[in-house]
Amino acid sequence: MLAAIVNQILQGVLLGGLYAMFAMGLSLSVGILRFVNIAHGDLIVAASFLLLTLTSQLGLPPFLAVLLVIPVAFGGGYLLQRLLFQRALGKSVLPIILVTFGLSIIIQNGLLGAYGADTRKVAGGAFETATLALGDGVNIGVLPLTIFLTAVAMIGLLDRLLYATRIGARIRAVSDDVATADLVGLPSARIYAIAMGVVGVTIAISAGFMSIWTNFDPASGPSRLITAFEAVVLGGLGSLWGTLAGGIVLGVAQSLGAQVDAAWQVLAGHLVFLTVFLIRPQGLFPRS
Amino acid sequence: MASSALLSIENLSVFHGQFQAIHDLNLEVAAGEIVSIIGANGAGKSSLLKAIMGRADRIEGAIRFEGADLAGRSTAAIVGGGVALVPEGRRLFPSLTVEENLNIGWEVGTRGDVGFEDVYGYFPMLRERRRQKARELSGGQQQMVALARALLASPRLLLCDEISLGLAPTIINDLYEIIAKIRDRGVGIVVVEQDIARSLAVANHFYCLLEGRINLSGRPQDTTREIVAKHYFGV
Repeated sequence: MLAAIVNQILQGVLLGGLYAMFAMGLSLSVGILRFVNIAHGDLIVAASFLLLTLTSQLGLPPFLAVLLVIPVAFGGGYLLQRLLFQRALGKSVLPIILVTFGLSIIIQNGLLGAYGADTRKVAGGAFETATLALGDGVNIGVLPLTIFLTAVAMIGLLDRLLYATRIGARIRAVSDDVATADLVGLPSARIYAIAMGVVGVTIAISAGFMSIWTNFDPASGPSRLITAFEAVVLGGLGSLWGTLAGGIVLGVAQSLGAQVDAAWQVLAGHLVFLTVFLIRPQGLFPRS
Repeated sequence: MASSALLSIENLSVFHGQFQAIHDLNLEVAAGEIVSIIGANGAGKSSLLKAIMGRADRIEGAIRFEGADLAGRSTAAIVGGGVALVPEGRRLFPSLTVEENLNIGWEVGTRGDVGFEDVYGYFPMLRERRRQKARELSGGQQQMVALARALLASPRLLLCDEISLGLAPTIINDLYEIIAKIRDRGVGIVVVEQDIARSLAVANHFYCLLEGRINLSGRPQDTTREIVAKHYFGV
């Protein structure tokens, strides 16, 4: 009984790694670009379908496929910001939200047209099912562990990128005050686009893991968005490490909820989110 | 008037939407001189500086820097070409350290002969506080960072918008001493101030703006405080 609960909690923590991965890109766009990309989840699903094509049609191993998709996702994020989102940014928050909402619908229906409504999954081979036995009936999946460690590494790298590089300082400057950035000669549109390119990279990596670990279909995007959004808000808007904490809280809540009843899995996550949100609306680790 | 103008503005009109902030303005700044723009609130001083930085909605006329028209250039290109602004209200990046703020000034500029050692020489306090976040500094210290950030761009033309606003007189004196030193390095400087006395004291030339038009200009020693005050208030 104890081992079962420990297993569930461990599983939940590791699941939190995947949620943090979904969320860190959204956290960057909320914290830096100051808008919520409603199509964030759909972009993850679109990248998953791209990976599905590369692995099933071309027979590439998933790891190699992700490596190929990363630069594509960076370029895609850059161009999406430069050519579309940048035009909708302005005095009002409404246009940009409507544009990302529209993009979400376009992606979902585009994927439906191209791939059909079937639920899909990318085959990950032996890696998918390998487990480490920690003794006393406590087991840990190699795939979930890899996802969790990758999420931690990604946050560490993003943190370094933002706080220890030239482009990071520029990104933070634009995030602080875009009008001043423009006034002193920083090319804010290009800096925003680079930030969205980085978001694209997080989308490609999360898609790589999500497509192996869970099922997805063209309509999966919004539920990924909700999860990402909850993790971002739980962690504190714009805080990367907070996002990991938010993901873990959601993951553990879902995993324990599923113990009570399968139908409680998703609901438990939402309930914990709402409870924390009511008690601590600024999130667990608000960015000072 | 300088024969080889660094900045030469000809028949400039500046518009914000339907509103015309500047009417048919002519102005010149030579290398190594300080030009003061004085005028009451809303006279068009900041609109003029914004237009030079390429951030006006629409302009008519010409803004020539070293002979080349700046019209249509991006602010990044203008700053990279040798024009830097100390914005009104300091406008630092509050969550960045002093050093990061300064570094941005260096990166967007001409990457010329002004280095960190020069600005730390002007403002020794900035070296001590270089790891501190800009938001933690006092108003006077922030103004020093804002001036140092613009200097690090190694500009040949420096625009200072209301740098004395809200600061103690001793700090203002320090800032203007440094501005005089920068002038002596051959930089052309435009100083926008509401404080008439301060403005006239440092300037080689001055222009008085009223409702978007120049109604008085010349050398400070050729006029009196009373005449300037009359034009300033438009009475």
